[in-house]
This record gives sequence, structure tokens and C-alpha cells, in this order.
Amino acid sequence: MATTDEEVRELIKREYEHGFVTEIESDTFEPGLNEDVIRRLSDLKQEPEFMLEWRLKAYRRWLEMDEPEWAHVDYPQVKFDDISYYSAPKRPEDMPQSLDEVDPELLKTYEKLGIPLHERAKLAGVAVDAVFDSVSVVTTFKEPLEKAGVIFCPISEALQKHPELVKKYLGSVVPVADNYYAALNSAVFSDGSFVYIPKGVRCPLELSTYFRINAANTGQFERTLIIADAGSYVSYLEGCTAPMRDENQLHAAVVELVLLDDAQIKYSTVQNWYPGDETGKGGIYNFVTKRAACIGKNSKVSWTQVETGSAITWKYPSCILRGDNSVGEFYSVALTHNYQQADTGTKMIHIGKNTSSTVISKGISAGRSSNAYRGLVKFNPGAEGARNFTQCDSLLIGDRCGAHTFPYIESKNKSAIVEHEATTSKVSDEQMFLCRQRGIEPEQAVSMIVNGFCKEVFKELPMEFAVEAGKLLEVSLEGSVG
Amino acid sequence: MLSIKNLHACVENKQILNGLNLEIKAGEVHAIMGPNGSGKSTLSQVLAGNEAFDVTAGEVTFNGDNLLDLATEERAREGIFLAFQYPVEIPGVSNLQFLRTSVNAMRKHHGIEDMNAAEFMKLAKEVSKQVDLDPAFLKRGVNEGFSGGEKKRNEVMQALLLQPKLAILDETDSGLDIDALKVVADGVNALRASDRAILMITHYQRLLDHIVPDYVHVLSEGKIIRSGGPELALELEAKGYGWLGIEDQAAANHG
Ligand SMILES: Nc1ncnc2c1ncn2[C@@H]1O[C@H](COP(=O)(O)OP(=O)(O)O)[C@@H](O)[C@H]1O
Ligand SMILES: [Mg+2]
Repeated sequence: MATTDEEVRELIKREYEHGFVTEIESDTFEPGLNEDVIRRLSDLKQEPEFMLEWRLKAYRRWLEMDEPEWAHVDYPQVKFDDISYYSAPKRPEDMPQSLDEVDPELLKTYEKLGIPLHERAKLAGVAVDAVFDSVSVVTTFKEPLEKAGVIFCPISEALQKHPELVKKYLGSVVPVADNYYAALNSAVFSDGSFVYIPKGVRCPLELSTYFRINAANTGQFERTLIIADAGSYVSYLEGCTAPMRDENQLHAAVVELVLLDDAQIKYSTVQNWYPGDETGKGGIYNFVTKRAACIGKNSKVSWTQVETGSAITWKYPSCILRGDNSVGEFYSVALTHNYQQADTGTKMIHIGKNTSSTVISKGISAGRSSNAYRGLVKFNPGAEGARNFTQCDSLLIGDRCGAHTFPYIESKNKSAIVEHEATTSKVSDEQMFLCRQRGIEPEQAVSMIVNGFCKEVFKELPMEFAVEAGKLLEVSLEGSVG
Repeated sequence: MLSIKNLHACVENKQILNGLNLEIKAGEVHAIMGPNGSGKSTLSQVLAGNEAFDVTAGEVTFNGDNLLDLATEERAREGIFLAFQYPVEIPGVSNLQFLRTSVNAMRKHHGIEDMNAAEFMKLAKEVSKQVDLDPAFLKRGVNEGFSGGEKKRNEVMQALLLQPKLAILDETDSGLDIDALKVVADGVNALRASDRAILMITHYQRLLDHIVPDYVHVLSEGKIIRSGGPELALELEAKGYGWLGIEDQAAANHG
């Protein structure tokens, strides 16, 4: 009914909690991109020679490529020459030397995300790499990790300390010219996390990277590389926030996961980049390439994502299931409202025998937003006995939003089995009336209904983040019923 | 407790209630009977504050307050409870979570602190046993995959849990077999109290064998056309609605 829709719209109006700007002097490159900028960047980071070559190669390929237009999103062309490709706190004394010096605002934000930075907040057992604009500012819990043989450090540090590992695996999952934004990232990526879990090691802590865009008119191009050696296990979480600004900002990340025999990676994302205001002004363009290669047999990768932020999200965490019996999972909650646009999903590429994949996608659309699921399930000729299960549910709040599903299935193997289920539902007036008749505040009702809808995905998140994800949805839905 | 004067209401521009009057005092049990389509559910929805229905004239006071000024959730917190004729499902939200949120919303309104999970669990188990529902139902999604009878018992269970001032039961008896009817009736009888009123809406007389009302009203075309004691229900049962010169819409349609 009209009245309830009106209320629902009210409820969805949200406040963005992480919109503050941290006032520190920064060393920021002039806007613009050319080979000199890349040389300067590489030089500043004292990278090995091969890295500069790699970047330049990517840059030259990028110049020849066109911006993709196939996604179900609509935005003005990005002006790449108006973007600055590097920004870092200027004076060394502005860089936190220890955790006590990390900006308290940043610490607070971490706490809100359920990621305590202080060593004394050990109960969560989470090691954190904090990336602030283009640089990693602090990595916690280095010692216990080193003892276990785990390498967890900024990728710029890994390039100096473990160049052979980086050289071997960087670009092995997402080649430099994989796609337009991946090529750009390969050319200009500034920092990100590097993880190596040695053979047979179960990482003693959850690892986490927290990305923060602070400076204006800068792009954030982080690069994450995680290598799980044979028989190892790691659970990794990334969180993201950005200040509220009227201009759109570009975030083009690449994440590569490599899994050897019997290895397991659980990768969870809580993405809460600034989504823009109620009128659709500002917000982050989140164009991300995430891919896992299960090169070893019996390896298993799970992507779990809760996407509530960004003006535009363009993201398909994928699994290349090369090793026999390898398993890929994708659990996703994507919530859009106001004028947000999301085109997200996954690709499950079955190459090895008896590989299996599961896709559970929950899209929630509110306001005037547009939310698309795009998924590819592909079986190569050798994928004997492979199977996929896909479940794709959309929930609409109000009547001005859109939900779309684009499933693609390509099978070159007759023995492969695919199951696909899709549903679309609404937060109905009857459900709202029932909740309110039981004395429940309309806002709380919507968030309860939405949380119920997302339950299958939330249960895949590490405990403490599941609680946070629930809260984040609540905040994101603030103002959706009056 | 509840005073309805000259109530007119419509839904989607269709006039349904046409000048309904009703007085209910604390401690009383009233039954409203009437053919399908006569406006019984509309009355219950209007009292509970469903915004799909527009009140076009008349007034309703509840313990002296103008009920029509209050939002749905405010009415609920003031003690109006509606057992739905068609309870809706909320997938993924456990009954337990839903009910605890409800109980705590009511408590907050009355300045009482939240009930903790353990305390609530104990209470919820007790009331679910009272309506013969396996406590396992508490873990299931709200009405998710419940049979018709289970949904109705779940509604009565909620009334027992929330202890409202005015419980409106909309055809809580329909679709129940004899045993389930007995369970539901026992639950409703357990609700009877000197400080509580019950408004039972029913199409059939049989529920009234188990729950003997103080007053029976017959609703036709959005108006109460006859009121009396329990004997009115028996008379209706024996003679049919035609006796009062009204047509049973359902009987006519299905007949
Ligand atoms: N949401 C609605 N939209 C349109 N018509 C409705 C709606 N609800 C009830 N009605 C109509 O109002 C009349 C009374 O319905 P109702 O109050 O449900 O009767 P009862 O409960 O006595 O069977 C019926 O003609 C019904 O079709
Ligand atoms: Mg009815």
C-alpha cells in the first residue's frame, strides 16, 4: 500500500557512519597518469626492477583497452587524468609508529567494524593490516604469526623481503591485462596485503585488512595476494570505509588467491565504502577483480561478502577450480538503496574432475537502487562429475528499485550437474503489519526481515563479523519506515 | 475499555463498515458472528491500525484514549492484540527472535528492562506447551511452513505470551480439527481475566461451545444488526443466517 511504501522509503534513509576526514598532511601526486608517474611510484616504493617492468607492461596494455560497458550500471566516464595515483601521510612522524599512535578516529572505526586494532584487544584473535589511502600504516600481531611461519605484511614490504614469492604468483590468477580495471590496477597499485601460509599450517589468527580512503581525488588501487600452501588454512577478512565527499572516487582493487593441494581459504568481505548521499551524489566506484585459483587438488575456497556501500559496485569474486575435487563457494549479501547500483556475482570455472561449487546470493534493493546478480558457471570438457548449485534470491523494499538476475551457464561436459533456483520477494505490507501489531518499531521490523532473508549467508561469516554485518544492515536500512 | 461509535471504514474505495457501534468492558468476552464478507476481519484490522483501511467516520476510544490517533505499534503496546485470520510468514526470522523482540518492545514502552534470552526461553517454552506446540517451533521461521492449525495455535500462544488488555481473535477456530479446537479454546479460556477483554470473531457457533461468550453480535454489511447473549449463537446455528434476513455470501458462492 502507498502509505507503507512511503514509510519504507523513510526507513531506508541512512546515515553513513564513517564519513569523517582525517586531517593530516599528505604527500600526493599531481593528478594524471603516464609512464613517469608509474616510475616515480615504483621508485618511491623501492621496488625490484621486475616490478617496474611488470607495471609498465600493464600500463601499455591498459592504454589499448576500452572501458567495459556490459555491466548493468550507469555512470559518467571516469576521467583518469583527474585522479591522483598516490597519496600517503607526508611526514614520517605522521605515520603511526605503533598502535598507540594510530588515529583514534581510525581506531574507533575499526572498533565499529568489530576489528579491534589494539594488541590488548586480543580476544578477537584477529591480526590486522591497516591500509590508509596508498600505504599500509600498521600491521598487528606480527610476532605470533612469524612464529607460525605465516607471512602477513603490506605487499610493498613483501616485494622487498620475499620478491621470489611475489614474482611467482603475482598476476598468476588475474593476468595483467585480464580486464580494464585489473590492467589499471596492475600498473598503479600502491599497497595492499600479502599473505603466505606455509605447508600444513593452520593460521593461528584470523587475518584482516582494513582499507580506508581518506584523501580527496585519489584513487585507491590495492592489491592483495594470498598464497595458501599445501594443507594450510586461513580465514581472512577485509573491511572498507571512506569519507563522505561529493565527488566520486575510484577504487579498483585486485585480489588474487592461490590454493595448493588440500589448502583452504575463507575470504570474507564487509564492504562499506561511502555510498553517496540520498540524491545519488558522491560515493565510491568500486570496480574490483577478485579471483581464486584452486590449483591444488582437494582445495577449497569460500568467498563471503556483505556489500552495503559504494555508489557503484562491479565485482565478481570467482573460483577457478583446476585441482580435482576442489570446491568453490560464494555467499553474498548485496544491499543497495538510494541511487546505488550493484552488478555483482561470481564465476565458477570447473576444470578439474569432481569439482563442486555453491552460490548463494541475496540481493536487497531499496530506494531507487538497482541490484543485479551476474553469475557464470562453466564446465570445461575435463570437468567430469562436476556440479554446481546456485540459489539467487532478491528482496525488494518499496516499489522504485530494481532487481535483475543474469545467470550464464556453459557446459562442455555432459556429466556435469547444475541446479539453479531463483526467487524474488518483497518486504510485504502484511509482514510489516504483523511486526508492528506485535509492538515492534517499523525500522526494527525491516531490519529483522532483511536479516532473516540473509541468514544463510551470515552464518558463513566468522562469528564476530556476522554480528557486525547484521548491525551494518540495520544502519544501512536506517530511515526506511517512518 | 473499548468504545466504538458509528464506525465507517473503507478499503480501496470500497465501503465496508457502515456505522458500527460496540461497547466492550474489561472482563467481558464478546463474539462477533456474521457471514463471509460482512466485514468481520475489516473491523479487526481497523482496530489494530492496518493502514490499508481508511476510517471515514466515527470514533473509537480505548481506555479513554482516541485509538485512531495511535500508530499500529502504539496500539499494540497499549495492549491491543490481534490473532490474525491468515498469519503471514517471515522467512529466516525465528519465532523466538520475533517474539522476544516483541516482548521487549512492549516492556520498553512500559519502562521495564529487556528480558534476557534465558528468561525468555523459559517463558516461551511454557506458553508453547500450553497450546500443545512443540518448543521446536520456537526455532523455526515465523509461521514458515506451519500448517493452518499450527499457525492458529501459534497466534494463541503469542496472546498468552503478551498478555494483552484486549485480545481480538479473528477466526482463530477456522480450519481446526476437534482436538486442535479444544486446545485453542483452552488457551483462550486461560486468557479470560477480570482486567482483560476478548473479542472473538467467528463464522461458526462450534467455538462458542468451548468458550462461552458474555455477548454475541451479528454483523451484516458492516453493521451490527443484532446483539444478545450466548443463546443468540445457538439460534443462529439452528436457523441459519437467513433467519435474520441476510444471505451467507460464502454459502451462496459455494452453494
Ligand atoms: N485488502 C482488501 N482489498 C479489497 N477488498 C477487501 C480487502 N479486505 C477486505 N475486502 C473486502 O471487504 C469485504 C469484507 O471483508 P472482510 O472484512 O474480510 O469480511 P469477513 O472477515 O467478514 O469475511 C469483502 O467484500 C472483501 O472482499
Ligand atoms: Mg475474515
